[in-house]
Amino acid sequence: MAGVLNNATIIKRELLTKVANLVWTGRLVEDIDRIPAIIRPKGGESYRCCVYKDRAMAKYKLIALMGFNAQDEDADFIPLSRYAKKALLREEVSSVPLTVVSEACSACVKVNYVVTNMCRGCVGRPCMVNCPKDAIEFKNGQAHIISEKCVNCGLCKGNCPYHAIIYTPVPCEESCPVGAITKDEHGIEVIDDDKCIYCGRCVMSCPFGAIMEKSHVVEILTAIKNENKKVIAMVAPAIAGQFKLPLSKILGAVKAIGFDEVIEVALGANITTEIESAELIERLEGGAKFMTTSCCPSYVATIKKHVPEIYENVSHTGTPMHYTAQIMRDKYPDAVLVFVGPCLAKRYEAVINPLTNYMMSFEEIGSTLVGLNIDINGTEALELDPAIESLSRGYAVTSGVFTAVADRLKDNCPIEIVPFVINGIDKTTIKLLKTYAKKAPGNMIEVMSCEGGCVNGCNTLANPRIATRQVAESVKL
Amino acid sequence: MKKKIEVKICTGTLCYVMGGAELQVIDEHIPEEILEFIDIKGAPCLEHCNRPIGNSKAPYVEIDGEVISGATVVKVVNAIKKALESKQ
Repeated sequence: MAGVLNNATIIKRELLTKVANLVWTGRLVEDIDRIPAIIRPKGGESYRCCVYKDRAMAKYKLIALMGFNAQDEDADFIPLSRYAKKALLREEVSSVPLTVVSEACSACVKVNYVVTNMCRGCVGRPCMVNCPKDAIEFKNGQAHIISEKCVNCGLCKGNCPYHAIIYTPVPCEESCPVGAITKDEHGIEVIDDDKCIYCGRCVMSCPFGAIMEKSHVVEILTAIKNENKKVIAMVAPAIAGQFKLPLSKILGAVKAIGFDEVIEVALGANITTEIESAELIERLEGGAKFMTTSCCPSYVATIKKHVPEIYENVSHTGTPMHYTAQIMRDKYPDAVLVFVGPCLAKRYEAVINPLTNYMMSFEEIGSTLVGLNIDINGTEALELDPAIESLSRGYAVTSGVFTAVADRLKDNCPIEIVPFVINGIDKTTIKLLKTYAKKAPGNMIEVMSCEGGCVNGCNTLANPRIATRQVAESVKL
Repeated sequence: MKKKIEVKICTGTLCYVMGGAELQVIDEHIPEEILEFIDIKGAPCLEHCNRPIGNSKAPYVEIDGEVISGATVVKVVNAIKKALESKQ
């Protein structure tokens, strides 16, 4: 996940393996309440003040991993077993993909500026003199910031001749490119769904692992165990880089979880390339200045919610996931379709697309394999679908969509295509996108929310550099 | 020529998922001047996860047979340097 691993991620994966194992062995209701104590035994190490606090956090996180809101007010009163019962019976998953574990979250500062012990209590007191909100007072000979008055302007820090005032970020707020996550009156982070673009940066950035995705693992494994149901995994092209194995073996490992069929989403990318190419030409011939891609749902959400002035320029072509789901839905009207993908945005897309049922992230695939005791090196390779065009597997890395479209049009293109690629959404690129309503730098603009593309999604397992190399190998297949 | 230091990185599912994926780029973190004395390879499950000792946990790496538990890039690079020093 974005090349940086931390203990919060490892804990989430540990909990996921436990949930997967319990669902698989039919002991979820019976044993789920034991998990917090199992992962934090008495006398063992703890990350917080004691094992008991770690256990409490594990409980909230397990609630999220079973697909519920961790901040439900009655979460404290309900045993995990009751959540487990509900989860086992549930078939519909929530369209709001994130939940904040409020107990874990409150650890962050309310104001970003802190006066350290290096304050000399000087006579000049430029911090106090220059504070526009009268938010600095002196206690015991040192400056102190009154959090109720502070507006985080930073003038105190800039004026302190001793560099005694520091800036302490709130990682999730800092990482969010659209200001969708802010503190409520209790200092707990709240995500505004009207602004959220599902980029997953807050999930990755919180060092407490307080922002959790509501997992579908219980539903998926329950469906797999049900012999009357056909369960199909539709696997995103970024999978090619996720394990140190050839693509055919990786697909085999996914199948080993118990899916009846595993199909590459690259198959749907064939169709996306075809329709996207035709739409591009049609739009440009019709006088449009440019068209931008639609396969990254985080990017589409960014445009819809924050840059509506160019929303009409977003391609209407469906994503590779959509077309793959269509193929499979036509073939198996009653099957359970599970999209296997790299990120939160794709989780959101899979939930709102009526053709698909559930989403399983790469991280969840890995954790489930562990939970089910499946050795990835020992699973049987699957045969690759010869109908998949090689460039369709390249959608997982930045400029992959453009490369496929350009290749499709190379022999027969009535209009000169001027490509422009935005590699990763941040505050700066959003500002840039706003200017495109007046003047765009190309007529085919590809945007991916994550730098480097899907291989850098928030639920990936492999280092993105290695993953990129392996995806490049898969394109040659 | 001296025998190289053998570094075995466990690529079993558990080790890989619990942080071992990052160890795949370990060679990029090793100083070039010592790289020639080291032989890094991925190994199928080394079975340490099935019989953990004390608080040991995945991912596991073996350096000339010595087991590193909870392996991180920094931990492994330091252990390699130490192994080299003791050989000299």
